[in-house]
Amino acid sequence: MTEVAQTPKNRTQKTQPQKTESPAREENATLLMLKEFWFYFSENRGAVIGMVVIILVVLMAILADVLAPHLPNEQYRDHLLQPPAWQEGGSWAFPLGTDATGRDMLSRIMHGARYSLLIGCIVVTLSLSSGILLGLVASFLRGIVETAIMRLMDIILAVPSLLLALVIVAILGPGLENAMIAVAVVYMPHFVRLTRASAIAELSKDYVTASRVSGAGLFRLMFSTVLPNCMAPLIVQATLGFSAAILDAAALGFLGMGAQPPTPEWGTLLADARDFITRAWWVVTFPGLAILITVLSFNLMGDGLRDALDPKLKRS
Amino acid sequence: MLRFILTRLGHLIPTFLGVTVVAFAFIRLIPGDPIEVLAGERSISPERHAELMAQFGYDKPLWEQYLVYLGNLLQGDLGRSIVTRKPVVEEFMTLFPATIELSLCAIILAILVGLPFGILAGVKRGTILDHGVMTVSLTGYSMPIFWWGLLLIIFFSANLGWTPVSGRLSVLYFFEPVTGFMLIDSLLSGEEGAFRSAVSHLILPTVVLATIPMAVIARQTRSAMLEVLSEDYVRTARAKGLPPLRVVGLHALRNALIPVVTVIGLQVGVLLAGAILTETIFSWPGIGKWMVDSIFRRDYPSVQGGLLMIAGIVMVVNMLVDLLYGLINPRIRRTG
Repeated sequence: MTEVAQTPKNRTQKTQPQKTESPAREENATLLMLKEFWFYFSENRGAVIGMVVIILVVLMAILADVLAPHLPNEQYRDHLLQPPAWQEGGSWAFPLGTDATGRDMLSRIMHGARYSLLIGCIVVTLSLSSGILLGLVASFLRGIVETAIMRLMDIILAVPSLLLALVIVAILGPGLENAMIAVAVVYMPHFVRLTRASAIAELSKDYVTASRVSGAGLFRLMFSTVLPNCMAPLIVQATLGFSAAILDAAALGFLGMGAQPPTPEWGTLLADARDFITRAWWVVTFPGLAILITVLSFNLMGDGLRDALDPKLKRS
Repeated sequence: MLRFILTRLGHLIPTFLGVTVVAFAFIRLIPGDPIEVLAGERSISPERHAELMAQFGYDKPLWEQYLVYLGNLLQGDLGRSIVTRKPVVEEFMTLFPATIELSLCAIILAILVGLPFGILAGVKRGTILDHGVMTVSLTGYSMPIFWWGLLLIIFFSANLGWTPVSGRLSVLYFFEPVTGFMLIDSLLSGEEGAFRSAVSHLILPTVVLATIPMAVIARQTRSAMLEVLSEDYVRTARAKGLPPLRVVGLHALRNALIPVVTVIGLQVGVLLAGAILTETIFSWPGIGKWMVDSIFRRDYPSVQGGLLMIAGIVMVVNMLVDLLYGLINPRIRRTG
């Protein structure tokens, strides 16, 4: 949310460059912009639902140790493949049933939320930060540097994302960390392209020239003057990137190239469940449902953010 | 137009060269030298190691190795699979029709469902139908398709017994492949029931692979329709008293389809990435499953060749889409 707050601040400076604003007034303007943002965001009911679900998933992940009825890797040998509580043979001790080694599905899914959210966070942070850096460098330096960076991004985009991630994991070796690096590399070009495009558009504006003339250095121009005004599309893309990262990392886990058993990552849970699909529907259904709900919520929120942050779409 | 094509080609060639560098670097980036990688777990004597290094040219400087690799590439030589000892190109070409067949069926299904529902949602904006289409399409877009495939197997194959679980054809039938496309080959074979079997094997993988493109097409069609419907010429057409169907079908749709065509073209990459998961779940003998198997078998020349071929296909198709876009939208051509 801090980035959201920065955008309006700079916009205010942009429209009234000659006035020095008192901190109180600036704060007021920020608050006003936040209010406006919430007005447009809350208009989209789906986006608000998505946000609420995300908050719940985050709480579930943080409080997994307290909320989960069992330890994620504890095996109950007397309760192998026990169905969910509401089915015949199920019990409320294992609300969503148990897997083939007698581990509680609910506890595994709750702990799995930690991995999926962590994957989303790390992947988006890695790809966003490197993408912003490369995008800014490309737009400021232009010439051969820009061509080299953009061609490199074209190369990454030419290979289907999951295939490239698989190949990178094949080089680095299977595992959660390497899967995250691979997915981050795959999604970086989107951020580079977005940053470059919006930075180039900003660079021709008067406030950048004014800042340049008054002696701002390259780094100040890049990160303090131009970047905050490019953040809106980046925030939207980051939210959508979050869901894509969770999906791709789960797909890698499912293929056996991501997190390794017994890690209760959602994709890995599904990979474990494949052998039992005809006998135990619950070991397949619930981890996938968790992925779907989380990814859907991020996509819903991304849509709402786009409506709220993209001035072109605002119907004012 | 010629200049437009040449500019696009000018972009394509350096990017493809870049992909060749990535594919070339792939085997060399895996820890251990290429011969150790190729030898895998078998131990190899130092003399034999040196001999093989010289034989495959790995003792030469890197740039020289790359030039030799490019030379081979130009002659269509992508190396040999370590596992089957067959040329990689040959393996790829044998399996590729299975992936094309599946992808084509998937994209046709995605268009048949996504396009009409996208148009309807755009025309009936704000109604229950619009909300329904948008909710379903966003769910489809968020779908982990590997899970979706398993769910469909549980329901339609395990519970109802309607469709087979894996493969392209029942083991009851056998015939020599002519085209590599099972639907055509089964018809050509003249064996009774073979075509039915091929179709029933194709249904679930097609639905799974079509899910994401279907959602993307529906969403894109809807937003393109919304944009076009607010244009002046549509208002004029309406004001002239043209029937609504004619306004939507003739005036609006033709312009709305321009961005949709691009989006459909861009689904090739999505389909090939989706094929990796879909083919693995349904044991579909195409290039997606082959790539995953090759990675697991540490058959690196196959991974390297497959990577290059797939990237090449995606790039060429994207370029064709670009050209098609220029063809149907002259404004792009002039600025291109």
